[in-house]
Amino acid sequence: MAPNYLAILPEISLAVLAFILLVIDLRLPQGRKTVLAGITAAGLAAVMVLTVLFARPGAAPESVWGGMLRHDTAAFVFRLIFLFGAAVTALFTIGWKQIEKRGEFYVLMVLSTLGMTLMGAAGDLIMLFLAIETASIPLYVMAGFMTGDDKSTESGFKYLLFGALTSSVMVYGFSLLYGFGGTTDIYKLAAAVGSGELPVLGLLGALVLTLAGFGFKIAAVPFHFWAPDVYEGAPTPVTAFLSTASKAAGFAVVARFMLATFPAEVLPQGLSVIALISVLSMTLGNAAALSQKNIKRMLAYSSIAHAGYVLMGVAAASLLGVTSVVYYLAVYLVTNLAAFGVVIIFFNTAGSDEIKDYAGLSRRSPALALALMLAFLSLAGVPPLGGFFAKILVFAAAVEAGLIWLAIAGVLNAILGLYYYLMVLKVIYLDRSEKDDQPVPVARPHAIALVVCLLLVVFLGTIFGPMYDWSVLAASGLF
Amino acid sequence: MAFLQFLNDWPVLSLITFLPAVGGMALLLIPGDRKDTIYKVALGLGAAVFLLSLLVYLGFEVEGARYQFIEKYNWLPQLGISYHVAVDGISAPLVLLTGIVMFTGVIISQRIDERPREFFAFLFLLATGVFGVFVALDMFALFFFYEIAVFPMYLLIAIWGWKQTREYAAMKLTMYLFIGSVVSLVGALAMYFSSGLKTFDMLALEGANFPPEFQILWFPFIFIGFAVLGGIFPFHNWSPDGHVAAPTAVSMFHAGVLMKLGAFAALRVGIMLLPEGAKFHLPWIILLTLVNVVYGAYIAMVQTDFKYVIGFSSVSHMGLVVMGFASLTPEGYIGAGVQMVSHGIMTALFFAVVGMIYDQTHTRELSKLGGMVQKMPFVTFAFIIGGLVSMGMPGLSGFVAEFPIFMGVWLSDKPWIAIVGAISIVITAAYIIRLIRRVFFGEFPAEFEGHVHDVKPSEKFALGLLTLVLILIGVLPGVIVPMVEAGVDHVFALLGGM
Repeated sequence: MAPNYLAILPEISLAVLAFILLVIDLRLPQGRKTVLAGITAAGLAAVMVLTVLFARPGAAPESVWGGMLRHDTAAFVFRLIFLFGAAVTALFTIGWKQIEKRGEFYVLMVLSTLGMTLMGAAGDLIMLFLAIETASIPLYVMAGFMTGDDKSTESGFKYLLFGALTSSVMVYGFSLLYGFGGTTDIYKLAAAVGSGELPVLGLLGALVLTLAGFGFKIAAVPFHFWAPDVYEGAPTPVTAFLSTASKAAGFAVVARFMLATFPAEVLPQGLSVIALISVLSMTLGNAAALSQKNIKRMLAYSSIAHAGYVLMGVAAASLLGVTSVVYYLAVYLVTNLAAFGVVIIFFNTAGSDEIKDYAGLSRRSPALALALMLAFLSLAGVPPLGGFFAKILVFAAAVEAGLIWLAIAGVLNAILGLYYYLMVLKVIYLDRSEKDDQPVPVARPHAIALVVCLLLVVFLGTIFGPMYDWSVLAASGLF
Repeated sequence: MAFLQFLNDWPVLSLITFLPAVGGMALLLIPGDRKDTIYKVALGLGAAVFLLSLLVYLGFEVEGARYQFIEKYNWLPQLGISYHVAVDGISAPLVLLTGIVMFTGVIISQRIDERPREFFAFLFLLATGVFGVFVALDMFALFFFYEIAVFPMYLLIAIWGWKQTREYAAMKLTMYLFIGSVVSLVGALAMYFSSGLKTFDMLALEGANFPPEFQILWFPFIFIGFAVLGGIFPFHNWSPDGHVAAPTAVSMFHAGVLMKLGAFAALRVGIMLLPEGAKFHLPWIILLTLVNVVYGAYIAMVQTDFKYVIGFSSVSHMGLVVMGFASLTPEGYIGAGVQMVSHGIMTALFFAVVGMIYDQTHTRELSKLGGMVQKMPFVTFAFIIGGLVSMGMPGLSGFVAEFPIFMGVWLSDKPWIAIVGAISIVITAAYIIRLIRRVFFGEFPAEFEGHVHDVKPSEKFALGLLTLVLILIGVLPGVIVPMVEAGVDHVFALLGGM
């Protein structure tokens, strides 16, 4: 079989982009380095265009490169999601002093994105592990990028330690799987597991071990301990990237791996474990978010909670379930990017992430306040914003799968969520500060990124058809 | 009416649903400091919405099809979600009610000084949600609009409300209503999957014939979830606090229209789609409504704050609506349908009066008020008409609404509920007469001398419009009862002709 270069066109172009950035960085004089962010964003957008034009998978999923990668719609849709997240993040780094003049940051980000696109497509345990590490290692550096800042350094180091620990546990799980199945190919493993001849207890052990690694990527309870500190300490653009693209990549793996390797017919306990993690993540994330004073920490806990909602779709293990996962992640990506965008813009002016300092934002910048309101309401699941439909989909998936208790837990959590989002909106719209008359300027690239994200939030919340169809296609490729 | 035939060729319901939201967004484009322009544009928009709702009401053919002005477009056909709207005999009057309350609410909001642009924008967004729920025939669309209607309340109360309690009340209200709606949502999803029809279209789901066990299991979730917004005991607690904390126009809209939203959705999704569940559960739910009616009235009587009296009177009167539903008799449903309109107009009138008095006296303590008739004779007249409606005086709309409800309850197998419920009429008379005496008659406090004046002509117009409706329904019940009856007939066709 001839190697299918088109299937890895996005990865090739990302590698080229990283190289180009490295060269440009060397050539540019110190004063002009701020164009790097723009180049990165434009490059990532170009990769998206290339992917859409040339790397579209056929109707039937196929294994390429000796089974290392899958060329299917799921990989395709997730690639676009990661690339979009990275491009927007690049725009948000403009104006962030410790980052915007350092080319290596953008190189790292592009390489991390490369790892994510591979995560979305990996069809082999070895490939999967390499992809996860390629995505994670640059993120460790990025989280600790502000070397002069203790919190950032701590954040990078903490992230590294947790990442190293969980990925070693995950590799141990992989080795068990290899031991039971005799192959590293996920789909051949699936066939071996599906035959029902493998020991259930052993498989369950392997499942729990691998979940440690995946749970770390998606920040689900009980592998979430790193998230609040890392989110708070890391430069906010990195936090945005971590909580959106990186989390989506984790879910791409969870969805593919869980469905293929641990089918519900053989291992129903596996889905119970996922459902349990889902409830714990939602409840713990939302409960802890209630009392946060720092907006980045609050968003960290809220992102743990959202991981819980998405896991509801995984636990349903149905076509609708996985469809809801894809749809939810797309909505969550654009919504959370918008929310972090506002946090970044505000920090650039005010130098603070404390929620109380957001008082009077609606007077200082009505547009920014409106943007944050739309983003938070979407996260809370209020129509006509994307979050509403995404939540309905995951709840529907749970109900369809007969997991009524999970759906009830989900809706009760949605109420908790609404509470703390409203508390922030209250500070913005109701509280006053002495700085009411000092406007918060919004730079043009930031404004563009915000508007694009928010338009998508509204679009995904009113015109469901296009993204729903893509989500169904992506989901059906995984079965 | 025949000359309104042309409406059938118009997407009139979409127009009425989306005009407020679009107009509200357009308001945001006006510079914030041009408050006069903002008010005028809002007024124009409110008038347009009111006229449209009047056209819908007049254009509805009582003898005609069950649902009229139907519009149906695919929204997400893969999941059976459509944008399907129409009005029937029960929702058409509610559309008119929303139009009237919206319009009068805007008229009396001239004094809003703090960010009026955003205030009206949120108010109109709220109206879109309300209209959407009243006209939706697709369950998904209904939830979509329902939650649009719930959220703007938070900001409207929290930003423009009464300083002492607004944050608490706004959050309490939002939480209660959101809990109610998501609980109903789970029930709705269960219906969607259990029907096997792969559609959210309520007309299709009406024929789904859910198994009785399923209906009995899920009916309470859906009915109570929505009825929270209707103020059903013991989940009524958000309502007086919310009403009191809200700015006047929002109180009017909230008590006048939004609470009907809960009762209406409970009817549309709960009773009409799960008739067996309704027959099983409503006989005990009627006891809850009895508590609403009597206890609500009693609590209203002991309040010392003018606005709280009205707030609890809403709890009591909305209890009558749900009691009418729970009676499971056609008379009860007709009464409930009329009561939704009658109470909506009446309570909007009450809150408008409370707002007008508070704006000038800066107090709502009954012990500090008095003699208002000397300065505001027209307001006094309007309030007394509203009060008589509240007591169910014949010749006014309250009688047309409440008499059939009690009759329906009497005809059901528990006449004693009608007897106990009728006590509320006595209590209502007691607190209304007390209010009228304390606030409008007696001695005019010296401290108000000089700064309490009669209200503006525009405000008199608003009160006059509301009063007129109350009298019109009372004198000519024919303007509304046959329409509601037509809607109720269809409900009973679903309930199996009890």
